[in-house]
Amino acid sequence: MGLGSLRTTLEGGRLIVAASGAWTIEGAAALDSALRPLPSAGAKGIAFDLGAVTALDTAGAWLVERTRLLCQARGLSFSVSGAAPAFAPLIERVAALGLAPVPPVQAGRGLTDFIAQVGQAMVAVLLQARDMVAFFGAVVVALLRSIRQPGRIRLVSFISHLEQVGLNALPIVGLMAFLIGIVLAYQGVDQLRRFGAEVFMVNLVGVSVLREMGIVLTAVVIAGRSGSAFTAQIGTMQVNEEVDAMRTLGLDPLDVLVLPRILALMVALPLLTFFADVAAILGGALMASVLIDMSLPSFLNQLRQAVTLTTFWIGIGKAPVFAFLIAMVGCFEGLRVQGSAESVGRLTTQSVVEAIFLVVVFDALFSVMFSYLGI
Amino acid sequence: MTLVDPIISVRGLVTRFGTQTIHENLDLEVRRGEVLGVVGGSGTGKSVLLRTIVGLNRPAAGRIVVLGEDTGALGDEQRRRLQGRWGVLFQGGALFSSLTVAQNVEVPLRGQAKLPAALRAELAALKLALVGLPAEAGSKYPSEISGGMRKRAGLARALALDPEILFLDEPTAGLDPIGAAAFDGLIRNLQQALGLTVFMVTHDLDSLGAICDRIAVLIDKRLKIGTMADHLKDDHPWIRAYFHGPRGRAARGG
Repeated sequence: MGLGSLRTTLEGGRLIVAASGAWTIEGAAALDSALRPLPSAGAKGIAFDLGAVTALDTAGAWLVERTRLLCQARGLSFSVSGAAPAFAPLIERVAALGLAPVPPVQAGRGLTDFIAQVGQAMVAVLLQARDMVAFFGAVVVALLRSIRQPGRIRLVSFISHLEQVGLNALPIVGLMAFLIGIVLAYQGVDQLRRFGAEVFMVNLVGVSVLREMGIVLTAVVIAGRSGSAFTAQIGTMQVNEEVDAMRTLGLDPLDVLVLPRILALMVALPLLTFFADVAAILGGALMASVLIDMSLPSFLNQLRQAVTLTTFWIGIGKAPVFAFLIAMVGCFEGLRVQGSAESVGRLTTQSVVEAIFLVVVFDALFSVMFSYLGI
Repeated sequence: MTLVDPIISVRGLVTRFGTQTIHENLDLEVRRGEVLGVVGGSGTGKSVLLRTIVGLNRPAAGRIVVLGEDTGALGDEQRRRLQGRWGVLFQGGALFSSLTVAQNVEVPLRGQAKLPAALRAELAALKLALVGLPAEAGSKYPSEISGGMRKRAGLARALALDPEILFLDEPTAGLDPIGAAAFDGLIRNLQQALGLTVFMVTHDLDSLGAICDRIAVLIDKRLKIGTMADHLKDDHPWIRAYFHGPRGRAARGG
């Protein structure tokens, strides 16, 4: 059973299309390109002879029907003959669907499409920023409400999230911070050696870790680890209509889903940051003893001269703010999920990107503020 | 391959999940051009049987021959060609949520037949019209249409390559009675127009009576196959309870 083929001959101004073989989807690509130009070839009409066709499926029937439609549009005559009794009903059925041919695809208009896309993306960003500000307001209202009515706080849920985002994050945060301490110490010693001031690597490690590195890197790890989990959890609940079920049961998703997560992260992130600070300084101390033969007591002594309690509080003080941002964005994107699994994935990615972006922006704002305040 | 050959033939099928045996020495023959309904209690392995025949589960033992090909002994290329000759409709439609309805129907056209874009769009529109979906449904995403429309769209995707066999997993579950009856009619109609063989897992007694030529009851890990009349005479307690229960009687109009 060969693939479908056709032979055209011109007879008295009419194009005779002698079809043969299996007019099925396997050979449809070749038949399509042979048939499409025929109606515009200049003949007065087209006559199909299906006498030698051995098989016909809906794709083959459509090719015949489309040729009829194109002939009709150009005012040409059209006829089909020789169709086996088994094939005629299928052709009629396809014709009865009343479809229209689709013109071949043209290349897109590059520049205008590009500008339109930029504009659409811009509008989408602004709309989303507006929604996020509105969500921020709703969260603050819910927070104030639960301060007035502490009974509304879901304690069990809060503790469970505290475990997930805090306790379970200790290994990865600790390891990361320890390695960062090592890297900073190593690079510091390398540069400071030129001035014979290797001992000041302790200042470098202490100040940079306590003020910036500890909190920012912990926040980035937590945004990737917990912010994404918040979006995925809430988003999947959206897809399963669990959030809607909650609303019909008189439960406010803000109370049930959002506040426990935000509060848990606001408690967990400062603690994790403290843990990261300690781990990073230990990493620095290890490198100090390896590279410049500095004992732990003299390292700590040097550290005490290098940093003050303020340095430490500046780092830790940023943690609740970053935690609020990460958890809020995570929950916000989760609640924006609509319908499909694909949107859970897309918004989870978006949630992580936005959370890290906001963390960096707010860190910069804090730096400007602290320098104005002279701290 | 002649017409007397069964289009699907299952011999001595054994399926197990861990220590739990689902099918024990199950035999099945589906004839070309018939509509076979498979019924059975919840958890008896109806869907598992369907999934095993289309190759989503590996049987522990037994031989499955579909369209003259032993599915256990196929190379990748042969398997792909065989998959083009059957279509599967999953329970919820199983549309790809990141694609529009029309793009969903185009997926098999893109993968198997390598057609030009314009023809692909035309054939997708044709399949959507064939299953009774309005033209504007094509540009919508699966999350934007109703459950019944999702099933129709899933059916259009299953029909995309003009298969010879159609596997349906609970096609009318979750549809309202009118929608279910319309879907039954649609399947019957397409089966006749396109010369399909239909293997249908169902719970719906109305569909069984309305469109199935034969009914296979999955019971005690094997199949009892017969017409509705055969099953009505059977005195196995489960079959009696199923076909003679209040719903069974209502479906027969008794």
